[in-house]
Amino acid sequence: MKTRFLNLLSICLAFTLSLALTGCGYNQFQSLDEQTKSAWSEVLNQYQRRADLVPNIVATVKGEAQFEQDTLTKVVEARAKATSMTVTPETLNNPEAFKKFQAAQGELSGALSRLMAVTENYPSLKANQGFQDLRVQLEGTENRITVARNRYIKTVQDYNILARSFPNNLTAMVFSYGVKPNFTVDNEAQISKPPPVSFEKK
Amino acid sequence: MLLAQLKRAQAALIFIAISCTFACPGLQAQDLQAIPRLSAHVIDTTGTLQAAQSQALEAKLAAFEKARGAQIVMLMVPTTLPEDITDYAQRVGDAWKIGRKDIGDGLLLVVAKNDRKVRIATTKTLEGALPDLATKRIIDGAITPRFKQGDFAGGLDAAADQIMAGISGENLPAPEAARSTGSNGGFKWTDMAVFLFFAVPIGARVLSSIFGRKLGAVVTGGGVGVLAWLFTSSLVIAGGAAAVAVVFALIAGLGALGNLGGSMGSGRGGGFGGGGFGGGRGGGGFSSGGGGNFGGGGSSGSW
Repeated sequence: MKTRFLNLLSICLAFTLSLALTGCGYNQFQSLDEQTKSAWSEVLNQYQRRADLVPNIVATVKGEAQFEQDTLTKVVEARAKATSMTVTPETLNNPEAFKKFQAAQGELSGALSRLMAVTENYPSLKANQGFQDLRVQLEGTENRITVARNRYIKTVQDYNILARSFPNNLTAMVFSYGVKPNFTVDNEAQISKPPPVSFEKK
Repeated sequence: MLLAQLKRAQAALIFIAISCTFACPGLQAQDLQAIPRLSAHVIDTTGTLQAAQSQALEAKLAAFEKARGAQIVMLMVPTTLPEDITDYAQRVGDAWKIGRKDIGDGLLLVVAKNDRKVRIATTKTLEGALPDLATKRIIDGAITPRFKQGDFAGGLDAAADQIMAGISGENLPAPEAARSTGSNGGFKWTDMAVFLFFAVPIGARVLSSIFGRKLGAVVTGGGVGVLAWLFTSSLVIAGGAAAVAVVFALIAGLGALGNLGGSMGSGRGGGFGGGGFGGGRGGGGFSSGGGGNFGGGGSSGSW
């Protein structure tokens, strides 16, 4: 009878101990941290894919006589700026660097979409099969960036929820795990205002 | 004994209560288009395709899945608004995850009839077989010219041919049915080991409480041996497994918990009938392999 009691007691102890260890969320932090890292790598991967595509687009558009040089140089500059940034895993835990990186990529997005809009005015570019192919590839790459960013946002959300909800925030405090920065819209103030629409001829 | 059972029930209740408090599912408002249930290779919620047409297409895609393994699904909806067709296709792809498990070769073709838009979304596995440009060529060459004339079935059929040609060029693993025709192809050693790891101690206790320690151990060993023989069809392995099980059962029987078997035997005796190795895949209907990962590949077009 006594040994049986001891047996039961030890089982109970082991159970509570394992509960306490998993309950503090330490392992979950590790797994989610890895997940955010891999999601982030995918984002970088797709940004790199876009950066690799830009020279081809620029070269094709350059062949077009009297193309708006201003639009073109802006794309080239934005690409140079975006690719010159060194991104390390520490970027993820550094809101400042993260913001800079995001701003640089956002600039390239803006310059590229402006370029693509302008090309609509050049019939010979629209008829150029090579350029249309590049256009499809760019579109696909932008889609992939969106998906990768969305997935990153979701994993960071999971991580941050874990880091801030009750028993785990103590673990986060002990090991100094901070909340990770997430993607935001760069021009929040601009977007929140309705755009002025006017059909008057200038 | 009754007291212990009561305590166990109480603990279970508390555990359930705790897990309920911590797992509060997030609610979100959605006025997005609902995702249809994945019931076939061809799903037409617009009623555009005639029964014979969609059956022919279904047969074609099902035959391709059987032969090559890749899952191609065509979905026709009236509209994807307020979403862009790209976002809608992405959402459907994420929900269905078409493509074989561990391989992830799925392809989704969405037609938004009233929006006059079409999109081919590829999983990451098929991005090499059908790059964005290839999907664009299929849309521009096979789909939109026919859709413009109102020939939806013809457009989808031509698209299916070109998609299948593209996937066939990729060197993907053969489907499971073709592979596991050899002897014990689907058998997993790890499953067996895990099963025995849990089943032997419990079985040994139950049997030793019925037959006594020594005879119980022998019966356990015999049972394991027969099981191993059935699954591996090798007498040597079966003999080894039986010997290990006898020793294990003897040791387990020596433990202080040995006499617990009597009380557990009444409740758990029938529990291990055929579980664990049952299951198997339900034949007939179409279901997603669950391995597809849509990363935003593919392209869209309109007519």
